[in-house]
Amino acid sequence: MSLLMSFLGGSLIGLAAIGLMFFNGRIAGISGILSSALLPKERAGSDKETGLAWQWFFLFGLVSAGFVYALLSGSSSHNQPQFNQVSTPLLIIGGLLVGLGSNIGSGCTSGHGICGIGRLSLRSVIATGVFMLTGMLAAVLIH
Amino acid sequence: MNNKWIASLSGLLFGAGLLLSGMAEPTKVIGFLDLKGLLDGSWDPSLMFVMAGALSVYISVFHLYVKPRVKSRTSANSAISSGPVCDSQYHLPEVKKPDGQLIFGAGIFGLGWGIAGICPGPALVNLGSLDISLGLFMLAMITGLYIGKLSQNYLGSQAQA
Repeated sequence: MSLLMSFLGGSLIGLAAIGLMFFNGRIAGISGILSSALLPKERAGSDKETGLAWQWFFLFGLVSAGFVYALLSGSSSHNQPQFNQVSTPLLIIGGLLVGLGSNIGSGCTSGHGICGIGRLSLRSVIATGVFMLTGMLAAVLIH
Repeated sequence: MNNKWIASLSGLLFGAGLLLSGMAEPTKVIGFLDLKGLLDGSWDPSLMFVMAGALSVYISVFHLYVKPRVKSRTSANSAISSGPVCDSQYHLPEVKKPDGQLIFGAGIFGLGWGIAGICPGPALVNLGSLDISLGLFMLAMITGLYIGKLSQNYLGSQAQA
């Protein structure tokens, strides 16, 4: 049952990501969207976009889903996810590495693992293989 | 329809998918990455099913509907209307070949992912939990993104000089 939910939830992620490509021509890579929103590139004068960048609207939707879920699941704190799987210093090191690595490697789980492999991009297949391996290495050693 | 409405809807669905699939929970991610679980039977294969679900939708729709439109822009095939629905062009990466920077960055990213069990999507979708540990992770992650951007700007300006 939980594996079926994982598959169906995954399909919903795929639908959201391909929808963004089909309608807007954009890759649903969360690290890229976040860094474009927070640290926008200086664009040439050809940029016709006005107002808040589309990236902020995507992030608004993503964060809203979490708030709705938190409200619906209410005070039943036993099924709240736990984020302190490791000590605070390790958690901060983990965050730094995730941010730095996704910036240097041009993508994260969503951009490479779903949208990139979804286009059968060689770069993304390799990147996903590498971060799965180092992720397993870190998890085996630390947990 | 406006591309910003599409972006909001896509973000909302993406977040719902992360939450329903269980991938927003670090324990599920670590349960997959920590292969020691194979020894005592506690290994959690969920992440593979999430990837399979997402890729089955993405690969099929991309190759059936999107790729012909991308191609029709480069060949003069006007039979298929080209371009995405709400934009004049597809924004796809220009770099095609793997390089050292890609492998180095992906390696670092994976280490952080395996340590904390959190990647950027789940970090954002979990902001609603108002959890302090998650907030710390988020701040560190944004700092990491910023350091990456600064160092690449610096290296880029060095290369141009």
